[in-house]
Amino acid sequence: MKMLPLQAAMTAALLSVALGISAKPLVVCTEASPEGFDPVVYVTAVTADAAAETMFNRLVDFKPGTTEIRPALAKSWDISEDGLTYTFHLRDDVKFHTTDYFKPTRNLNADDVLWSFQRQLDPKHPWHDKSTTGFPYFESMGFKELLKSVEKTDDHTVVFTLTRPEAPFLADVAMPFTAIHSAEYADKLLAANKTGELNSKPIGTGPFIFTRYQKDAQVRFKANPEYFRGKPPADPLILAIAVDNNVRLQKLKANECQIALYPKPDDLPSIKADPNLKVSELAAMTTAYTAMNTTRKYMSDARVRHAINIAFDKQGYNQSLYGKGNAIDATGPYPPTLLGFNDKLQNPARDLDKARALLKEAGVPEGTEFTLFTRNGGGPTNPNPMLGAQRMQADLAQIGLKVNIKVMEWGEMLKRAKAGEHDMVSAGWAGDNGDPDNFLTPNLSCDAAKNGENYARWCNEEFQGLIDKARAVAEPAERAALYEQALDVFDKDQPWIPMAYPKMFTAMRKNVEGYTQSPLTNNNFATTQVK
Amino acid sequence: MTTPTQVSAVDQSLLYPSPYKEFWQAFSKNKGAVAGLLFMLLIVFCAIFAPWVAPHNPSEQYRDFLLTPPSWLEGGQIQFLLGTDELGRDLLSRLIQGSRLSLLIGLSSVVMSLIPGILLGLFAGFFPRLLGPTIMRLMDIMLALPSLLLAVAIVAILGPGLINTVIAIAIVSLPSYVRLTRAAVMGELNRDYVTAARLAGAGLPRLMFVTVLPNCMAPLIVQATLSFSSAILDAAALGFLGLGVQPPTPEWGTMLASARDYIERAWWVVSLPGLTILLSVLAINLMGDGLRDALDPKLKNAA
Amino acid sequence: MFSFIARRLGLLIPTFFGITLLTFALIRMIPGDPVEVMMGERRVDPEMHAQAMERLGLNKPLYAQYLDYVGKLAQGDLGESLRTRTSVWTEFSALFPATLELSMAALLFAGILGLLAGVIAALKRGSLFDHGVMGISLAGYSMPIFWWGLILIMFFSVSLGWTPVSGRIDLLYDIEPRTGFMLIDTLLADEPDAFWDALHHLILPAIVLGTIPLAVIARMTRSSMLEVLREDYIRTAKAKGLSPARVVFVHGLRNALIPVLTVVGLQVGTLLAGAVLTETIFSWPGIGKWLIEAIGARDYPVVQNGILLIACLVILVNFVVDILYGFANPRIRHQR
Repeated sequence: MKMLPLQAAMTAALLSVALGISAKPLVVCTEASPEGFDPVVYVTAVTADAAAETMFNRLVDFKPGTTEIRPALAKSWDISEDGLTYTFHLRDDVKFHTTDYFKPTRNLNADDVLWSFQRQLDPKHPWHDKSTTGFPYFESMGFKELLKSVEKTDDHTVVFTLTRPEAPFLADVAMPFTAIHSAEYADKLLAANKTGELNSKPIGTGPFIFTRYQKDAQVRFKANPEYFRGKPPADPLILAIAVDNNVRLQKLKANECQIALYPKPDDLPSIKADPNLKVSELAAMTTAYTAMNTTRKYMSDARVRHAINIAFDKQGYNQSLYGKGNAIDATGPYPPTLLGFNDKLQNPARDLDKARALLKEAGVPEGTEFTLFTRNGGGPTNPNPMLGAQRMQADLAQIGLKVNIKVMEWGEMLKRAKAGEHDMVSAGWAGDNGDPDNFLTPNLSCDAAKNGENYARWCNEEFQGLIDKARAVAEPAERAALYEQALDVFDKDQPWIPMAYPKMFTAMRKNVEGYTQSPLTNNNFATTQVK
Repeated sequence: MTTPTQVSAVDQSLLYPSPYKEFWQAFSKNKGAVAGLLFMLLIVFCAIFAPWVAPHNPSEQYRDFLLTPPSWLEGGQIQFLLGTDELGRDLLSRLIQGSRLSLLIGLSSVVMSLIPGILLGLFAGFFPRLLGPTIMRLMDIMLALPSLLLAVAIVAILGPGLINTVIAIAIVSLPSYVRLTRAAVMGELNRDYVTAARLAGAGLPRLMFVTVLPNCMAPLIVQATLSFSSAILDAAALGFLGLGVQPPTPEWGTMLASARDYIERAWWVVSLPGLTILLSVLAINLMGDGLRDALDPKLKNAA
Repeated sequence: MFSFIARRLGLLIPTFFGITLLTFALIRMIPGDPVEVMMGERRVDPEMHAQAMERLGLNKPLYAQYLDYVGKLAQGDLGESLRTRTSVWTEFSALFPATLELSMAALLFAGILGLLAGVIAALKRGSLFDHGVMGISLAGYSMPIFWWGLILIMFFSVSLGWTPVSGRIDLLYDIEPRTGFMLIDTLLADEPDAFWDALHHLILPAIVLGTIPLAVIARMTRSSMLEVLREDYIRTAKAKGLSPARVVFVHGLRNALIPVLTVVGLQVGTLLAGAVLTETIFSWPGIGKWLIEAIGARDYPVVQNGILLIACLVILVNFVVDILYGFANPRIRHQR
């Protein structure tokens, strides 16, 4: 009964593709609608998955499952001695997508790369003002200040000049916001005054070609037969949008989709027990933490922050939130897979007496109230914020602190936390490019403390000095040593309760092959197929 | 002419029955309404005496007993009669404590929309030239917006929390009171007794509150019962969308929302709060039906 | 009659302006702005923030923003979503058919079952069936529908596997959205299997959304029918020797329908509110979810104009019901 329409559907889909017998459709249950298909103007992971990973390429990208850089549109590159000049040599055999709305007349060349960067960098570029909300990723990564110029020396060579040496630069240009668009397509759109279509009818060089999008329902792609790494085996690729993680799992079980992203950690045992399903897991570059506002009364005292840290049952918290073995108890601001992780840092044992003594020493009266901000819906870094908040509330009640939980909707919480209205806020961070600086500067630097994105509002000169120094150093071992020192400073002052390094999971049918999870939480289906 | 005292002394049956007695006779004829009343009395009892009735502290987390099934099932514990939730809190105690919240939300949101609603309705009825239409247009505007979206927006503005939930629900249910009061007032204004009171020189406040309002109360009481029940539902819906009262306060809708993740493993954490909501709303609606029949037979046909 | 309609239409204009003002004010009172929400936890450069707000026209004083908004509205321009940069009308017209399809299916379910149950209950007044219908419909009226949806999914989709879990259709069918109504599109695409699949997907959400209207319609039909059956013309019809079925359904029901229709018309607003919850539970790609998300993202144009469009729809339906009622019942026409 259940299989009948499905089989009919498969034949129908195959016929409609009219490509032949070998390619099989792949349906992936994703967690939200993409905001659009121009990866340059958005910052969310779901948009990166639906646009940057499927339809676009960067100059370089990450080797699947790692943070190692490999050549992509650039087949090779040279870096000058002083670390200020990067010269990229482009491939000459990369074709842009051919669709019913655009037929490219030439292969990818240096003009496309220039267009893609100048658009974001140059205020006089005709496309610069077309993005009403600007280029948030480019700007938040500090590229405006970092890039001195982007120039071509011939049709297949592009030279980037930086204003300062920047160790993570190569990793940066592997990120979604540096996706290379077709300058030819852009010119055509500009001439026709249809610039909005860059976002709704995308043209890229990537493994899949856009065919249709229905908001909150699906995104459909067909395989790109001319993809420079070879035609992907899945055809068509369908992203089925299902916000609720229970629904994603139920659909997976019913074979309505073959891959379900972000299953609930709670469900993992039942997925593993199902003979038709399997789970892939990976230690991702994410940290869940609770920031303590160091500008608040009592919270400004490091002893109070220590007391909270040792009163909190981290192990129990992580087990109940993520499930046993699904997260590592965190000791610092970033997970062990990153450079300079300080493995000397240990989680202190839970010690309520010592915590009470510390509070007494700091002069915190019994029954002092603290507010804890948390959001009302779960995400990958914190699957159940309300549950977690209530556990913390109960733990801290044992040392005589009264925690008032304020559950807020996402936008409101960001606003209030950035304004520093909280005593504590539970937050999370997912690394973009595998570089430690990407964790520390946005979340713990003095600049971030001023504008509020550093939720702890913690500005420590020693720490700041160390991370500034590390950013300019290219030698990994030397950088690592500096970061280890910085983490020592962090641990001494404890602006955060580092909660967990959650593992990331993807659930799929047993017959799915060729899917590799990325530690950067991107999802790429270029080599995935249903056997 | 005989004096009234003599009559009453002579023959009780000639007397018109007291309005309360008459009301009770009509009300008690409706078995459903009585059942609803009894259930509500139980809930009210639980709400008032919650700390003594509840077997456990509703916020106490028994971390060795996460998601324990109800006691009659395999693996159930006799100390947790209806099982425990995802933090090991006793479900029965939370449901009992939750009755307080739900009644509080229902009651206060009814009061908060009843009073301004009646006032606005009275003014709209008494000033049909300018003020009346203005007020009614305003209510039309509010009625045209989907109530749940309006409530979501109001909670988003004020921030989630018990009081703000109440305010949002009160605002959303305001228009029905205004409309009802105005319609009733318009009906009464043409009556002879109102004209008589006017001629006798009654001032506007007296006319409004003493002469007319008491005669409009029947439909308002019925509406109040009905919106009491819908307030509980709305609060639960807001809680379900993650915009309800703050944890660990046990509100039924919020309990249901946070339990949703465990629906496949632990049916009781989802089913029981929902069932409690259903039963209490049903009880109130049954009572409302009884009230309507007893207070105003004319209204029997209104939905 | 004409002046009645004209007067009613005239009253709509201030209502319309009131709605624009209310939605405009409401969404701007919510803390946080669209640019900030879009950036999430990332660094928001104040300069970039200011530029973006300027490009979006959000740095102007509020009254100027409102005038801009109303001015554009007067030209029929609903603006474009700040987040997806698609025009609000495009998004609305893509998503609304899904909500409409669901609502109509729910109303159809509620209407047929409700009328039938109501009529039979009225004919067998005081019987067990009557009490049963009244009891069940009161329970339906008291139902927290988000819970009801979860329970039905748990039972029918997860345990029994009779109905699909969520969505509008199995996505392996590639159906071109011509009308946006899945049932019609599948037929246009000439895919009968897909049609059955879409119907399958529709059943559970329609039942959930139809529960409250069903209860209301059943109760209303019963009481209205009881009243009509007491009227003289029914007695006359019976006396003429017409068949009982004809008396009930032709003479009785037709007259009993008027108040029922009015109530159904007034239910449209409730139905749309219910759609928000139903769509959330069943991952149904409709406007309820769209608007809730837009509130979260502070997507001003979507919230303002999405709500405006819905409000217009509600007003329109109420207006039509009003007029129909005026036709059916001349006493109403001349009042006020």
